[in-house]
This record gives sequence, C-alpha cells and structure tokens, in this order.
Amino acid sequence: MALNRDDKSPLFAPGVAGTLRLIVYLALACVLMVLDHRGGWLGNVRYGLSLVVEPVYRIAGLPSQGFQAATVAFADRQRLTEQNQRLREDLLLANAKLNRMASVAEQNTRLKELLDTQHSLSLNVQLARLIGVDLGSFRHRIVLNVGARDKVQPGQVVIDARGVMGQIVEVMPTTAVAMLITDPNHAIPVTIERTGLRTIAYGSRAGDMLTLPNIPVSADVQVGDKLVTSGLGGRFPPGFPVGEIRDVAQTASGTFLSAQAKPAADLDRSEDVLLLHDLAESAGPPPPAPNVGPPSDLKPDPAVAPTLPSVTSPTATPLPARASTAATPTGATP
Amino acid sequence: MNRLRVRQLWFAATLLLSLFLMLIPLPGPLTPFKPYWPALILLYWCLQSGDRVTLGLAFCVGVAADLFDGVLLGEQALRLTAMVFIALRFRSRLRFFPMWQQSLAVLGFLVNDRILLLLVRVFGGDPLPPVEYWISPLVGAALWPFVFLILDDLRARLRIHDA
Repeated sequence: MALNRDDKSPLFAPGVAGTLRLIVYLALACVLMVLDHRGGWLGNVRYGLSLVVEPVYRIAGLPSQGFQAATVAFADRQRLTEQNQRLREDLLLANAKLNRMASVAEQNTRLKELLDTQHSLSLNVQLARLIGVDLGSFRHRIVLNVGARDKVQPGQVVIDARGVMGQIVEVMPTTAVAMLITDPNHAIPVTIERTGLRTIAYGSRAGDMLTLPNIPVSADVQVGDKLVTSGLGGRFPPGFPVGEIRDVAQTASGTFLSAQAKPAADLDRSEDVLLLHDLAESAGPPPPAPNVGPPSDLKPDPAVAPTLPSVTSPTATPLPARASTAATPTGATP
Repeated sequence: MNRLRVRQLWFAATLLLSLFLMLIPLPGPLTPFKPYWPALILLYWCLQSGDRVTLGLAFCVGVAADLFDGVLLGEQALRLTAMVFIALRFRSRLRFFPMWQQSLAVLGFLVNDRILLLLVRVFGGDPLPPVEYWISPLVGAALWPFVFLILDDLRARLRIHDA
C-alpha cells in the first residue's frame, strides 16, 4: 500500500487521476447534501446508525458531566449553603404562589367544565437531562437523554422552569435533538402579555436573542414587555413565557417596528428540562363528524337492491347508503 | 507486522479522537474559539505520511463527522475532501516550510474551509453567520505548531516511524 504511487506511470501520476477522484467525491458529497436537504434523509440514516452514534454522544458528554461533578465536589461550603438558602427561598415563593393559584385554578376548571372544554391547567410532562455534546457552532441545538423508547415524538415542546426552550426535531432510540427558539430557522407565535398583540418571534443569527421583525408601527410595544406563547399554529400550547423585550426600533424601510427580546428560559444553563406531553390543540375548524348521513340501519336491504333498474355493476351493492343513493340518479339517466 | 498494526491503530485512534474533540462542548463564551479538530488532525497526517491519507479516507471521516453532527449529510465530507486534496497537492512543499509558514498555510486551509461551509449553508437557506464565525480558523492556525509537535513527539515516543 505504501508504494502504490510508484508503480503507476508518471504520466498519470497524482495530477489527472487525483483531480478526477476529487471531482467524483465532491459530486458524491453534493448529491448526499441535496438528497438530505430535500428529503430529510439524514434522520432515517441516523436512526439506523444510532447504535453507534448514541454511545459516542454519551462518551462525548462525559467531560462536561465530570466538570459539573468536579464543581460540586470542590465547591466550598459557603457557596453551597448560599445556594441551598436561595433554592429554599425560591421554593417557598413558588409554593406560596401555587397556593394562591390553586383556588384560582380550581375555579377555572369548574368554569371550564361548565363551558364543556377540554383545556386543563395541569401539565403532563416528562423530565429529561441534557447531554453535553456540541453539535457544531452557531447551531442552536441540544441533545436530551430521552428518546423513542420513552415515547418522545418530534414536535414536543421543551421548557425549563422559566419558559419555553424549543422543540424536539429529531428522535433516536434513547436520545433526542431539540432545536432552541434562538435558532435562526425557528419561529414561535407569541402575544405581548400587556397588550395582547399577536406576532411571531424568530431566532436571530447573532446568538442568544429573539427578533420580532414585523410589529405594526402603530402598535404599543415597550421595553420590558413580556412575551408569552399565543397557542396559534398548534405547536406550542398558549400561556408559556417566551421572553422579554429589550429593544424596539423602526426597521430600515420604516414600515414596521422591529424588536429584540431576551429568552426567558436559561438556554445555556439549564441542566434538567421538561418535555410537554400534550401538544396544543391544532388550529382550524374541528374535523368533520365521521358518520354523516342517515344511520346505517336505514341502508336499503341488499335483497331489495337488485330490483332497482339502475344498478349494473355488482360492486355497487355493498357501498354504504350515501354512495348508493348518489349512484342511482347517474345510473337511471339512460 | 506488529509494528504495522500499532501504527495503524495509532492512526485510527487520532482520527477518532478528533471526532470526539469536535463533539465535546467548550464552556459557553469559549464556543466560537473551538478549532475544527478533524481538519487539523487530517492535515497532520497529510503532511506526515501522505500515502496513508487519501481522498476516500477524508470523505469517510467527513461522513462520520456529519453523522455525529447531524446537520447535513455530506457537508463535512465535501469540506474535508477539498482540503485534503489541496494539502496533498502541496505536501512536498509544505513539509519543508518553517513552522510559522506552515501555520500560515494551515490558516489558509481553514479559512478556505470556512468559506466552503459558508457557501453550503447559504445555498441551504441559512442566514449569514456572525463575525465570531471567523475566529475558529485563527485559533486553529495558532494551535497548529502545538498539535504538530505533540503528535510528532508522541509518534517518536511510540517508535512508530514510517519506514
């Protein structure tokens, strides 16, 4: 193998053959990219190869895990006590808020029951941990330690204690990849909590902010306004905090206001996240009732059907009532 | 025979290590400073034993990196193949450069690689990346002497010279 360059004639030495091979490989890479970009093909391959990929993720996640373990192990007592104290206070506050909310929630359920809707305030969630793996810089994606075996599906919403983090985009048997709301390819429908204005928050290319590029000029938007999910679009359930407006300015064309918002969730600090199980109700009109038309026991008796003059095809008889009534006039015209 | 086996193992191990280094995250603010490890290691092997690194190998390493990365299958395969091709072309010249010139050449390779990546992403419909996008090649070039010397030293210690 070491000498394989020397037994070729010098005329065809690296030059032409090498360039040809380069072209072949580049073309192959381009074909792969186009196939993958068009068909979302990589997901299937990765699912198939997850036997190899997932252990590698676990191993690659070990250093960051070890780093965290080390910070806990070497943290001094005072800091731990402080942290503990802070967590206690947070818990107390949260509990107090919950208690106050409980009565409201109960009232809400009662009223909702009266209205006969299916909303509920209780959350059906699943806890997941991050795996510390870097999926390329300027790619706002995270790897979670739950997957298809834990019944995770693409599209599930990922939240942390403070707000929406993103959504699952790819599921493998025991891991899942989530896209963060700051990804330039991500958009989330939001309302401004104070005014109820509906708009869309996109991820921005400059990292950890959200952009709201098309707010009407006349709209009332101020720095400090809170954004919550609006529930439109059927992906994110309504009412979860998304971020806070940090900056409002006119766009260059002057036709819209454009705002920058800071995500509410700790996108780069959260260790444990929650996966929402129930997806938001899909938008649009309700699906049509499955059996319209006269009940099936009113269907014409098959024994009577042959007496009708119209029906010629033998396949027409087993059709349900509606289809056969639709078929009779056309058959009767000749 | 045994010597050959050790040599091949060492070769495969460094390539695998480069893929792991690519996946291991740096703490938040340092993320843009992460060099493109598979490229550095492949370049080292290009210069050190050019008959072992072929375009096919670069393509395979790239596809493996894409599988781990999960962005776009074929993206890194394209970049690594192009880079290895250029490096093999100028191999005999690069080998006798002094270290600082080699670093500059590596900077050129890495910037070229970033431009390729930019092209692929823009064709794929992504927005233009921020300025920090261009830091990584500089870090890679700055690290090059160390990577080269450390790998060379390890190779000498393991006594697995070619020939």
